[in-house]
Amino acid sequence: MVSLPRGAPAPHARRRPRAATLTWSAPFALAFAVGACGNRDARERIFAPPTEAATGDAALHAVTIHQPRWLEAISTRETDALGRPVEVRCETCHSTQQLALPTGTANLRGPHAAMHFEHGSNQCASCHDPAHYNRLRLATGESIAMTAAMQLCAQCHGPQARDYQHGAHGGMSGYWDLRRGPQIRNHCADCHDPHAPRFPQFSPAPPPRDLPAAHRASGASHE
Amino acid sequence: MNDSKDTVKRRVALKVLATTLGAGAFATALAPIQQFTDSTNVQEWLQKHYRELSSREIREVLARLEAETKQKYGREVTIQDIRPQAGVQFAYALNLSLCIGCRRCVEACHKENNHDRASHNAYIRVLEMEQGSMDMERGRADYDHPVRADDKFYLPVQCQQCENPPCTKVCPVEATWQEPDGIVVVDYNWCIGCRYCEAACPYHARRFNWRKPEIPAAEINPNQSYLSNRIRPQGVVEKCTFCLHKTRQGQLPACLEACPTGARVFGNILDESSSIRWVLENKRVYVLKEELGTKPRFFYFFDK
Repeated sequence: MVSLPRGAPAPHARRRPRAATLTWSAPFALAFAVGACGNRDARERIFAPPTEAATGDAALHAVTIHQPRWLEAISTRETDALGRPVEVRCETCHSTQQLALPTGTANLRGPHAAMHFEHGSNQCASCHDPAHYNRLRLATGESIAMTAAMQLCAQCHGPQARDYQHGAHGGMSGYWDLRRGPQIRNHCADCHDPHAPRFPQFSPAPPPRDLPAAHRASGASHE
Repeated sequence: MNDSKDTVKRRVALKVLATTLGAGAFATALAPIQQFTDSTNVQEWLQKHYRELSSREIREVLARLEAETKQKYGREVTIQDIRPQAGVQFAYALNLSLCIGCRRCVEACHKENNHDRASHNAYIRVLEMEQGSMDMERGRADYDHPVRADDKFYLPVQCQQCENPPCTKVCPVEATWQEPDGIVVVDYNWCIGCRYCEAACPYHARRFNWRKPEIPAAEINPNQSYLSNRIRPQGVVEKCTFCLHKTRQGQLPACLEACPTGARVFGNILDESSSIRWVLENKRVYVLKEELGTKPRFFYFFDK
């Protein structure tokens, strides 16, 4: 079990019984796992609003996980006549072409050729379902939809999944007070490229301009 | 006889001189009033302390400030008076293992809180720290290279909303105080600009408006409140208010929403189901300069 033991509900279960409506079919299933397969709503509802009896409170607004559009499609790095990026869904190629899932990244061709891989010792089939190219496969062998990818990530990244479940990992926006408004949370893949998940280096916003001039000249400690 | 006549004349002359000087001094002292060109300035001058304003007076003050903003900055804004919620005590936590030092929180603060564009002011300083050091005084705020640098960690510092705030105690006019939900606020119209509070803050969290803030009308955030992000006058002190115009209405603060790594956790510490409560109960949190006894409501932690 990645998160809390089943027999000991956390205090939060009283107000937000997140686990109540979820399927615990696999040992790696998490409270935030996306439920129904094949649901392609951009923002899928994940926490069912608690019933009146469970909370004694007004119904809470939903916490939704943002679904990256490219989870079920990949970029061709080309643009159409209007300058929009062209994305291709997995089935576009993989419903007609019967290809063996490659064991390594060396012999990848076509739209996959330019991809960057840096994710431990994982092979393609560590996560992708060899029988269904537009699906993923858990370590148990269970096939899951691409949109349920967070369930797969959580198999190995337990501490991060636990923190995520408690709102202490991953960006969010909206309301802290769910009685007053909804909250939208980032998907693992919003920030981490599943094929090279390390957060990249990039240039920060410009440094402050109101530091004392003496500080800038001497390089002394701030202020 | 002649002597006494001379004395009387001298006394009259002295009286005339003293009266002239006195009248002149009085006129000089009242000169600011003569410069008042419209009734707005008089109303501003006569305005009471925020906490002594009746609800009717508050409405008048807000309407006046909205009109002033329109006149000075050319933008229609809404300035609200948002009171603390019962049963809410705010707290903030920041995961230093996740922070990459990108300063997006600083940018978000700059825009949300209507800071002066020229000085690029903001309530957050991100300090680049050497691994192994916890002394914020040795952090550098002026780093400018791709982040996160391998051998560094990043410590964003803003108002710690201390439970025992040194800044409010030194204010000679009680223009700054702690609200029931824990947020330390400033009545910008009561502040005399002495900057004692700025000197008293061990976290360098207060800022002074040296000049009248300049913001293009299109960039002004029109969702404002009296105690937080309304455009401050020149010559007053300002500080982070946990975006109370958002957070007191249930929303997350701007710096948290801007954070790309989810390093920031905010919420009501009295709510047992809240994320902030989970962090405080399950992570090894620490506060800055604990030895000063300021009891910050802003906590830091590492994953490992």
